Amino acid sequence: MVGEEGEVGVSARGEILRRIRNANGGASDETAAVAGWNGIARAYKRVGLRGRDETLHLLEDRLRDYDATVSRCSEGEVAAVVARRLLERGKRRIVVPVGLKPEWLPAGFEFVTDEGLSAKELDGVDGVLTGSTVAIAETGSVVLQDVAGQGRRAVTLVPDYHLCVVRVADVVETVPEAFERLRATEGLATTFFSGPSATADIEMTRIKGVHGPRFLDVVLVD
Amino acid sequence: MINPGGRLAGAVCALCARRPMSEVPDMGHPAPGLVAAMSGTALDPKTAPAFPIAAQAAMQDTQLRKNVRHATEVIRTKRARVVGEMPDWQELREAGKQIRQHTMEHLDFYLEQFEANCTKAGGVVHWAADADEARRIVIGLVKASGSDEVIKIKSMTTEEIQLNAGLKAAGIHAYETDLAELIIQLGQDRPSHIVVPALHKNRQQIREIFRREMNLPELGERPQDLADAARRFLREKFLRVKTGVSGANFLIAETGGVCIVESEGNGRMCLTLPETLITVAGIDKVLPRFEDLEVMLQLLPRSATGERMNPYNSIWNGVHAGDGPKTFHVVLMDNARTSVLADEEGRQTLNCIRCAACLNACPVYRQTGGHAYGSVYAGPIGAILTPQLQQMHHAQSLPYASSLCGACYEVCPVKINIPEVLIHLRSKVVEQKGMFDVEAAAMRAAAVVFRSERRFRAAQRLARAAESPLVGKDGWIGWLPGMLGGWTKVRDLKEIPKESFREWWEKRGRSE
Repeated sequence: MVGEEGEVGVSARGEILRRIRNANGGASDETAAVAGWNGIARAYKRVGLRGRDETLHLLEDRLRDYDATVSRCSEGEVAAVVARRLLERGKRRIVVPVGLKPEWLPAGFEFVTDEGLSAKELDGVDGVLTGSTVAIAETGSVVLQDVAGQGRRAVTLVPDYHLCVVRVADVVETVPEAFERLRATEGLATTFFSGPSATADIEMTRIKGVHGPRFLDVVLVD
Repeated sequence: MINPGGRLAGAVCALCARRPMSEVPDMGHPAPGLVAAMSGTALDPKTAPAFPIAAQAAMQDTQLRKNVRHATEVIRTKRARVVGEMPDWQELREAGKQIRQHTMEHLDFYLEQFEANCTKAGGVVHWAADADEARRIVIGLVKASGSDEVIKIKSMTTEEIQLNAGLKAAGIHAYETDLAELIIQLGQDRPSHIVVPALHKNRQQIREIFRREMNLPELGERPQDLADAARRFLREKFLRVKTGVSGANFLIAETGGVCIVESEGNGRMCLTLPETLITVAGIDKVLPRFEDLEVMLQLLPRSATGERMNPYNSIWNGVHAGDGPKTFHVVLMDNARTSVLADEEGRQTLNCIRCAACLNACPVYRQTGGHAYGSVYAGPIGAILTPQLQQMHHAQSLPYASSLCGACYEVCPVKINIPEVLIHLRSKVVEQKGMFDVEAAAMRAAAVVFRSERRFRAAQRLARAAESPLVGKDGWIGWLPGMLGGWTKVRDLKEIPKESFREWWEKRGRSE
């Protein structure tokens, strides 16, 4: 590349691309790549076959399998369920992302809105309460994105307890159905979580809770 | 012959034996210093002993073999269960294979697309031709971030380039934050598995390391106690250290995004809390589109840890204002991957998504563990990846570290035909040895004999006459002279039948 000789990174770039093109017998371009991609056989299951109730039950089962608790309630009951969970867990000071529905917050607890709290400050709260983007029944996963009501990635990471509200309308059965929904917002920072943080590094024994939240409750809202 | 049932516990050599080790005269103990030389230092295919020698040393360590067997059996059982519940598993594998194959065919386009989109999203993309250049770039970036310490996510790519040693030489301390990598780092050990690097250690051994290195004399040995100790030990570092280093599971060309899958949350800590994040990724890690993850995120967790989904997947694109690091770098590294790509038969190796299902399924790995492979990439995938990344200059013994039983191919989520590549690489090793190799000369002589019926019959007669003093009363040969003794050292050989099928058939024809 003229004018950029001597810059190590630039010459490596040219060399790597040249070697790839040699190996592949020529350069690729967008037209060829799109045509090739469209030709990929995707005979796997894209859409779930379960009914609505069965899908929701599957999600509840999967989440409980991960040692999360699941409560089902109507939109009007969320604040009461949140209060019950926090009392049971003995949590008082809870961080919430900007844009979380105020009607989900019960009286009698301290809710701290995250407006750029430091990691140390996040480490000092009892837990975090958020909404969610989509949930996958087959794998028991909940997906969070950096939007109103779900917040920055650090907010759902540093506190030791996560109380997550999932709308029934956001529950899908399969992983491909979730990706279908996420396509529109694929540019956002996205986190899938499936149960509390865990490890199996010691003798392949699953241990709940290492660095992420060790305790998880899910509220499923009709 | 390998025993795929794995019932060669304890006393018998797993690689080939019929007889207990104690009866085998000169397999003895490994050369003094070999075991010592193999611990503590990085796994480097350039200096590692050949597989059969290292494997012999590993076979003497009954604790290691017990740990490896237990862990691989647990993962295999879990994997079989969650794969069995997927009616479309074969269709997913086929899609996974085609996506990876397609990506490699258009790799130049997808890398440039990734670079453009990552840059647009606020990331900085660097290119490194080899390990040296990748290390130099990372060290420069860490220094520019103003930090003399980094927190690290488990990354086999950074193990491959021995990044931690490079950082240390540059005065930068790296803290491994994955529990298994922490065990390895504190124990001055080396990873023995792609997904569960400390799989060769049991809880008592881990407790001893943590007691000593974390100064916790009262530490218990329940896995929960050990995980809690790691949580306390690392939390302060997560909150303090300003620079993170990671690998990548997938780079997404269409969005410029990076995807990392993990279990503990240490990955999310390293990706989210530091001010600067540096991701080192092989050029093979790219995927065309965001939605291709719908295939990979079904194949990878079920194959790797036997979970329906691993606890955390993170996907981010460059720099997100107000969320996570303010500076983000990606180092795209070749380090001989393009030479693998140039090999028509070997290039499918690059389709690997590092799930390690082939390690857990392999009857050789399950006996020797990972260190014997002399590379951070152990097991069947290591046996084909390592020699190719060394451009066949080192690790030539690895293509032979297999019985070609095919278990690895069967479990591979992207259908890499590992046995086929192993055979291909064996032929390359033989070609390298050239005309004057004893084995090659013997094979040429055999070819001459097999080409002519007359010569073949003469050879059979000759062999029958020559073997007669060696055949025991039971019809078995227990000892052969010279180089042939390599065979009988660990197996007995049946005598050649008194009459061949042809001879019997001809006689039968005559008598009718």
